[in-house]
Amino acid sequence: MLQYFAKQEKIYPKRVWGKYRKLKWAAMIITLGIYYLVPFIRWDRGPNAPDQAVLIDLEGPRAYWFWIEIWPQEVYILTGILILAAIALFFITSLFGRVWCGYFCPQTVWTDLFVWVERIVQGDRNARKKLHEAPWSFEKVRKIATTHFIWLMIAWCTAGSFVLYFNDAPTLVQSFFEFDVSPTVLAFIIGLTASTYLMAGFAREQVCTYMCPYARFQSAMFDKDTLLIGYDVDRGEPRGKHKKGESWEGRGDCINCSLCVQVCPMGIDIRDGLQMECIACGLCVDACNGVMDQVDRPRGLIRYDTENHMRAEVKGGAEKFRFLRPRTIYYGAIIALVGAIMLYALIFRSPLELHVLHDRNPVFTTLSGGEIRNGYTIKILNKTHEFQTYSLSVEGLENVSIVVKAAGNVSANELSVPADSVGSYHVLVSADTPPAAPRKIRFILQAMGADMQDSYDAKFITKRDER
Amino acid sequence: MMSDDHKNKDVDEVSGVETTGHSWDGLKELNNPLPRWWVWVFVVSIIWSIWYFVVYPAWPVPGGATEGTSGYTQYKELAESQQEIIERQAAYLERFEDASLGDVMADPELYAFAMAGGKSAFKDNCATCHGTGGEGGNGYPNLNDDDWLWGGKLTDIHQTLQYGIRADSYETRLSQMPAFGQEKLLEREDIDTVVEYVMSLSNGEAANAESRGFQIFQQNCASCHGADAKGDTEFGAPNLTDAIWLYGDRQEEIFRTVYYSRNGMMPAWKGRLDENTIKALSVYIHQLGGGLPDELKPDEDLRNPATPESPEYEKTQDIEIGEEAIEPQPEAPIAKEIEQNLEQHE
Repeated sequence: MLQYFAKQEKIYPKRVWGKYRKLKWAAMIITLGIYYLVPFIRWDRGPNAPDQAVLIDLEGPRAYWFWIEIWPQEVYILTGILILAAIALFFITSLFGRVWCGYFCPQTVWTDLFVWVERIVQGDRNARKKLHEAPWSFEKVRKIATTHFIWLMIAWCTAGSFVLYFNDAPTLVQSFFEFDVSPTVLAFIIGLTASTYLMAGFAREQVCTYMCPYARFQSAMFDKDTLLIGYDVDRGEPRGKHKKGESWEGRGDCINCSLCVQVCPMGIDIRDGLQMECIACGLCVDACNGVMDQVDRPRGLIRYDTENHMRAEVKGGAEKFRFLRPRTIYYGAIIALVGAIMLYALIFRSPLELHVLHDRNPVFTTLSGGEIRNGYTIKILNKTHEFQTYSLSVEGLENVSIVVKAAGNVSANELSVPADSVGSYHVLVSADTPPAAPRKIRFILQAMGADMQDSYDAKFITKRDER
Repeated sequence: MMSDDHKNKDVDEVSGVETTGHSWDGLKELNNPLPRWWVWVFVVSIIWSIWYFVVYPAWPVPGGATEGTSGYTQYKELAESQQEIIERQAAYLERFEDASLGDVMADPELYAFAMAGGKSAFKDNCATCHGTGGEGGNGYPNLNDDDWLWGGKLTDIHQTLQYGIRADSYETRLSQMPAFGQEKLLEREDIDTVVEYVMSLSNGEAANAESRGFQIFQQNCASCHGADAKGDTEFGAPNLTDAIWLYGDRQEEIFRTVYYSRNGMMPAWKGRLDENTIKALSVYIHQLGGGLPDELKPDEDLRNPATPESPEYEKTQDIEIGEEAIEPQPEAPIAKEIEQNLEQHE
């Protein structure tokens, strides 16, 4: 019979000890620790701003990251972060292969966590497999229900932590205990709990194989000097069972114990060569090294290696790992460039911004005395946390007067903007002796009692360029 | 390698993938099976679409579409969001209604409310003649400049907006310039002369009392436009010495004005727009740039500065005003003024 739809084969990864497993635990503790705890870090910004170190305030709308504060129009910083993240991913991948997939990807980390829960409750690979195939019993129900309950708790915490990044964490946690949470927050928590539970509990390797685009284009970043997990075919083959005391002459080092397959969270056999499914987590390396120690053969039958290095070794010489390659150099250059631009933008971020928009209609007005007047809408961005007063002046016109149209008596020398907000004023600039041709003028805004200034180039239009 | 265990199994040698058995001129179709959960996602989306068909308007039927159990329509959604806006406005509207023009000018919130409301009302009602930016056009005053026919104070603008100019309203602003040529009040040469004189004033030249133009002006025009030709907002008589010409600054255009006269008209908006809209419009127009200072005090009540509240007013409001009513009546005072002017210059 033809199978048009492939059934998901349940994978029961076996427990393993070793260097890479330790690295994976460390990566999990660090990444999850950051994710769950960062919303609770406090950062004092004074009385007019939130004291949460990392916060995306959607209503504000402001984004806070420790000492960095971002307004919506500075979202190019987010673009920069995304570019940096993408290129850093390429950079790391071209050097070390898919370490992102194996150690840091949320899908990997949460799946790993969920498998750990499975193992704690139901036992290791064989016990889980047996339980799964066994008929329903009280014991089976108890164990499976416990597993799913813990999974749901973890998923709920994960969803809750996500929401904390958009709200004041302690307040929201408290309102949870008071059953007083907004429907939006609740909807996000329910949705993300469901997706975490589904993705880490059930979808697992299916995400990497079928959903993730990165798994598919990773090979574009690989070259012959990229570290990959590989099975040393020359050393391992021909494989076969080996009894203690038997000679190793005329056979390979692989004793066909299949441990590398049993520990694989993706359910593949690394001995078949480089595969799209392989997330390069290194657990098969740990498993094989353990076996090699037991049979008293050198480690590294399955190992992280580069194609070039492997080939050189076969020939007898041991070529060094080449980290400096055109690929890594230009990825590094892009990272440095984008990083420098972002650093510049953040360091020289002005606490004051002036924007000037010339009135579209009318472009100028002739006054009864023959003077020409132009109207502008000016926006003053006060990014400080204090109330500020500014003085506006115009450069490039003779005999100029500036009138501000606003409630009350507002003069151009006294434009005030509340803390952390945008002030908008309509100003009329009149030239008693109008220039003969349209002219570039410059608006200059000076903060009163503070060393902050910004300017904006605009155009002063006169009667002559009416046609 | 070929299928030994399964009779139907046919594996492609190059890719090692099983084929479906379908063959077109020797080309075979590979079978790379889709994950099964993918099918379930498909099934769920079909179920969802059935739910959608039931809950939302979906099926076209004669005269519309099925209503759906939720009763949702975009019209309802629009009405709901409009209702939301109206509720949000209501808080301001009440304050705005109670506030005098002076209050509005002093309070940033009410001011912003008036400017926003005035802007949208202007585009709907005024832009047809005055332009979207109030820039005017030939015969339609530019509302941005500082030259006002009937006064540029907030109260003046409010008055003009309510009752219009030469409009169908008892309180309307009214005046009529004689058609000096058509009605044979002046000879054609005299009109030419006075037009030249007036243009010289606009160009900033000093009046020459000896000139013929000066004398014609004083005899015929000064009663409304003033001896100094600076106009009078009481009569809607324009200032002739400034740089702004409503009907054009060329000689033939000014000649046409003197020969045939002009009768610009603006409708009365009281009754067509509600009081709050007119108030917002007054502030908006005043703040376009040309508004003159009112010396309003915030607590001074100038909401209805020119509305007669007497019962008689209610009765007379509907009286139609015919052509005759617009005819300029006060011949006697004009003659008197001309005499005075002549005396001064002799």
